[in-house]
Parts: sequence; C-alpha cells; structure tokens
Amino acid sequence: MKDIYFDNNATTKTRHEVVAEMTPYFEALYGNPSSIHGIGQKAKKALEDSREKIAKILNAASPSEIIFTASGTESNNTAIKGTAFANRKNGNHIITTSIEHHAVLHTCEYLEKEHGFEITHIPVDNYGVISMEELKNAVRERTILISVMHANNEIGTIQPVREIADFISRANSSRAGRGLGKIYFHTDAVQTVGKIKIDLEETKVDMLSFSAHKFYGPKGVGCLYVKEGVGFHPLLHGGHHELGHRASTENLPGIVGMTKALDLAVAEIEEENKKLRRLRERMEKEIIEKIPFSRINGHPTERLAGTSNIGFEFIEGESLVVSLDMAGIACSTGSACASGSTEPSHVIKAIACPPNFAQGAVRFSLGRYNSEREVDYLLKILPSIVEKLRSISPLYKKR
Amino acid sequence: MKKVLVAMSGGVDSSVAAYILKKEGYDVVGATMKLWHSDSMKQKNGRCCSIEDIADARRVCHHLGIKHYVFNFEHLFESTVVKNFIDEYLAGRTPNPCIVCNDSVKFDALLPKATTMGFDYLATGHYAIIEKHTKKHTRPTYLLKKGIDVKKDQSYFLYRMNQKRLSKTLFPVGEMTKKEVRALALAQKLPVARKSESYDVCFVGDGGYGKFLEERNVMERKYLSGNIVDVEGKIRGQHCGLPFYTIGQRNGLGISSKERLYVLSLDKNRNEVIVGNKEDAFSKKFYVSDVVWCSDASRFSGALSVKIRYLSEDVPALISYRGRRAKVELDTPQFAVTTGQSAVFYCGDTVIGGGLISAVERNR
Repeated sequence: MKDIYFDNNATTKTRHEVVAEMTPYFEALYGNPSSIHGIGQKAKKALEDSREKIAKILNAASPSEIIFTASGTESNNTAIKGTAFANRKNGNHIITTSIEHHAVLHTCEYLEKEHGFEITHIPVDNYGVISMEELKNAVRERTILISVMHANNEIGTIQPVREIADFISRANSSRAGRGLGKIYFHTDAVQTVGKIKIDLEETKVDMLSFSAHKFYGPKGVGCLYVKEGVGFHPLLHGGHHELGHRASTENLPGIVGMTKALDLAVAEIEEENKKLRRLRERMEKEIIEKIPFSRINGHPTERLAGTSNIGFEFIEGESLVVSLDMAGIACSTGSACASGSTEPSHVIKAIACPPNFAQGAVRFSLGRYNSEREVDYLLKILPSIVEKLRSISPLYKKR
Repeated sequence: MKKVLVAMSGGVDSSVAAYILKKEGYDVVGATMKLWHSDSMKQKNGRCCSIEDIADARRVCHHLGIKHYVFNFEHLFESTVVKNFIDEYLAGRTPNPCIVCNDSVKFDALLPKATTMGFDYLATGHYAIIEKHTKKHTRPTYLLKKGIDVKKDQSYFLYRMNQKRLSKTLFPVGEMTKKEVRALALAQKLPVARKSESYDVCFVGDGGYGKFLEERNVMERKYLSGNIVDVEGKIRGQHCGLPFYTIGQRNGLGISSKERLYVLSLDKNRNEVIVGNKEDAFSKKFYVSDVVWCSDASRFSGALSVKIRYLSEDVPALISYRGRRAKVELDTPQFAVTTGQSAVFYCGDTVIGGGLISAVERNR
C-alpha cells in the first residue's frame, strides 16, 4: 500500500485543479501587479479578482478588507503586533488563550518581553473550550485586543467565536460611553477556513487569519481579514502594496491558487465534513474498542470533522508516530512545529489530560483524499504496534 | 531486508556507519538522540546534540536517501548520565559519563525502543567489533573485540554490553581505521566529511566539568573546602572542594614544596585530598565493583589484561572475582589508578567484562 497521509492539519496535498489554475501565472501571466504596462495590468486584474472573490466567499463587507500575506503565521503576527502597536495609546493589555498556536503565543510573549504589553491567558476546560466567565473577568480598562483561535490544530475543538464577538461588541458599547478604547477581536482561523462555513458579517470578528495550504492550496500564501476601520501597523514596510498594509510584490500564483482552493473547498464543505466525520467516528470507535487504555482528546461534538487526537497510555507519542511512519502511515504528535520534544504539548497540558495519557497523544487528521480502506489499514496495524511499544514500559508490565 | 536504526550524532563515524549499512543492502533509518535542552545549548557550539549536530545528521540522511528521526531522551539522560556525573564527583570519584550513556541510554533505552519499532538492529559509529560465533544446536554467542584502529578503539566504553545487546547491535566502522572512515566520507561527499572530532564530555561546556558543577549549584566551594594532607597525615595546604581534584594531578595544588606532589586519593569522609610523591601514586592492587560480563567469564582462563582508563594501554593482571566484585593485581604498578573510572578486562583483543574501580591499595 502506498503511503497513507493522516496529517492534514499540518498541511494538505495541493489539489490538481488548484495547480492548473496557478500554472499560467508562472510563465504566461508573470507580470508584477504594481507595474504600469499591460503585462502588469493583467496581473493586477488577477490579483484584484482574487481579492474580490475571497471577500465574497467569506462575506466580507469590502474586498479592501482582504490582505494577502505569506502564511498563517504572518497573518497572526500582523494582526497581533499590528493592532498592539497601533492602539498603544488605548492600552497595553492583550487577552488570549492557553491553547493557541505558537504563532500567536510566541508573538504575545514577544510583546510582553520586549514591548511591555501584559498578556492574560484564558484557560480551557477538559474538552478545550475556553471559559467565557474567565474571559469576561479578564477584561480590563487597558485591554486592546482579544485573540482566540477558531479551532485548535491539535485537538480540533471549536471555540464559541460568535459568542465571544457578541460579548466584545457589548463591552465596546459600554466602553465607548466611559471614554475607554475599543477592544479588537482577532481569531486564528487557520484550521477552519475551508473546513467550516465562515460568514464574516455574521461572525463579527475584527480580524481573521488563514492559510491556503490547510485547504488543499499552495504553501507560502496566507490571508488576513481586517475589518474596515481597524487600525493596525504593517509588519513589512516598503512599497504601497496591499493598500499599504503589507509591502512585498504579491505572490500571484499563490494568491490565485488560494482563491481557487477556497472556492472549491467552500462549495464542498458540508459534503466533505459528512464524509470526514463518518470516517473519523468509525476510526475512533474501533480504536477505543480495540485498544485498551486509550482515550480521545478534544470535544465530543464541537470539533473539526477530520481531527482526532488520541492518547495511548504507557507509550510515548513520538515512538508511535515513528512506528506508524515505518508502516507507511503519516500522523503526528500534536503540532508539526513542536517536534523533537517528549513534553506533552501545551494544548494537551491545558485540557488537563491525565499525565500518563498525555505522553502518548497522537493526532490523526483526516482529509479529502483519505479513504475507508486507509482507515481499515490503520485499524489493522495499530493495535499490535501499540501493544509492542507498551511491552517496554515498566508501568504497563506492573499494572 | 533487515532493518537497522543507526544512532547518528551528526559526526563522521556514525554517518559513515549509515552509509556502509545502506550500501550493504540493509533497510536503514537514522536517528539522533536529543539529550540536552535547547536553552542551554547556546553557551557552547561544540556541545553534543546541538541543533547543528541534529541538522548535520539530517543532512547526511537526506544525502543517503534515508529517513531520519529525532528521539528525545532529555529526561533519561539527565536522570542517569548527568546525575551520575554529579553524584560521582561529589563522592570524590572521577566518573566516565560515556560509559554510563552507552549503558543507560543507547543500549538500555534506544536499543529496546528500536526493537519494539520493528528494527532488527541498532548500529552506532563506535570503533569496536562484534564477532558472532555459531555452533550447531546452541544459541550463537557474541564476542566484543577491540576496533582495528588501535588509536581509536572504543571497546573500553562498551564493556557493559551483554550477549542480548551484542546480538542486536552493529558497529560498521569497527574494522576500519579513522583514516579510512574519513576518506570514505570524503569519497562519498558526505556533508560532514570534514567535520572535526569532539573529545570533551558532550554536555560539559568550555569551562570544563568544574564550571559545570558550579553552574548546577551542586556545591558551595567554601563549605566543601578542606585540608590537603600527605601520607603521614601532615597538613600541606587547603583544597577548594574534592570534585575539583583528580587522581594523579600535579599542578594547581597551591602548595610550595621541594618535592613534586601528586594527588593520591580523595577522602570523602574526612574531606581531605591526600598527596604524595610520584612513587606513591603507583598502585598494584585495586578493587572493582558493579562487575558485568560481556561473555561467559569462565571461558577466559589464560592471561588477562586490564585497562584502567580510556587513554591507558591494557596491562597484564590477575583478576579474581566473586559475584559482582573483583580484585585486580597488576603485574606492574600503574600510575593514578582512579576510583570511579572503569576497569575493563580483556583477553587479548576480546572484552570479557569490567566494572567500576572502587578502592585502590597504595603501593607502599
């Protein structure tokens, strides 16, 4: 059997249709969108068409609210540093959660260490859902930004983003009367765009980050939605690209590819999620039945359809990932960005997973190219691999 | 196809080991053990398992077209090798962390891990040879022997290998000289072909082990300072803590004396450094604890020899043992037999076992 890829939260295979859409922009339509001449104008048209299309798909109020970046990480950095620096006069307090991706956590840490910002991390419950109560209590007069991820990359838990946005908008109304600065709301939607229907008008976030390679688009291109009127400083200074929000010649093949990928993904969301959920539910049910001392991490229902994080007691996740790789199955221990550490990830720690399960947490993230047969193969080989790895655990023998 | 996991440090020896195995037709996968946290790696570039070393190992694997994994053994390394290192120094002994690492990490954790992952063998870049002997109707036996390259031979570090470990281990460069290994690396354009050798204890930085012990706050110099006394018991000076002295040391004692004085032993109970002249630093008889055997010891009756530290030659000796203890009587007295170091027993080129030097009888 050829390699099975169960690591779709790390990245996805670029869709054939997307590659086809991008191809002309390398050799035929290679112009610089900022150029005056016709070749540049063609590129500019493609760029602005993409912007318009993405704005429409996500129901943004205006295409000017869509800023192209080079990654989800860059989008998060821009959103957080950009609003922090631009709104300094109003305060220096930022609220985020304990389970954000490092692109958010380390950015906040940097602002705290180097620029005197104060960061509050809201804890989550055992399923990974943030406490609204704690969030409400954390708001101070000097709060300028709240950043809560839409869905978690490791365990898939979906946050009540709409509820948070409603709370912030109510808080802002009362703050305006008291002469306090506005609180902006950013959400890292890298794991949800293209997987969960997003309507920006309805969701009411101020900023939203995403990245093309998570929904079968190319790597090296991301996007940041910034609602009209939100003040922020650019990360990159230079030319007047992206309405002055991000200097750099635009990665046009990437942007065109991202637009196509998003269009395709959004059109298939419901059908795709139904398929993924069925696959995942069968996989999880059988794993829990066949393999004793295993547990599912994350929320039972409020979870990304393809994400499955399973803790296996008495083993190290790292060993299981390597063993499965040797058997032709690609999966991961939590985040791909944190490999080389046996410490349970900050997410697994935050959901208070019992320590003996936390060590052995492994993430299977399913995607559109996975099949029933592939899940069958995993279910066939997983029990014996887990049993073998457990055989060297002194705790397992003592049990 | 037999599967081999090669423990790759990012150095030239283990890289060539991986190359040889691949060429011989094994299904080869590389693994680098991360033994040390990244924070403390900033201090020194020569430190083992730095990000650069891991990247080097990965580059070699990519060059060879094999998979590469990083296995994290930080906690185990700390709780075995580093802890033992500190404890031994505090007890007035001189530890050998490479032996502990081989015994407690490479062959006690990585090897079983490799086995459970479905590998048939673990390979390393050690200069030593494993010889398999097969007889009909009996299980094969394995002999651990010195590497061909006399100057590089690393069998000393491996005496805690037992039959089970030997049966699942490969040392592909054992029958090569360092020069040949280097030449092969260059010929194959391995990315680390020109990388320099590391000799120091991998986790101890530029400041040496004394600085490392201080960094770990394991001692207060003042508290541990005490007398330097000679063999007659006369106080000759002050020492600044037993861990800072090694047997045979001559310089840095801070004593003005006509005759040259050497450190003879460290008395943990009295917190004293005992000094004497050079003849006093020779010993003929010492005791070994925690003895292990690579092979059935009773098979080796003839003339045996013992190696008391990595950089000494093995010398003829009479070895008598009971249980896990042994008594060693040397034909010719040796300089600075040091407690905490390993005494490794050889029969010709074959390692038969060894243990830790626990007590040394002064020659006169």
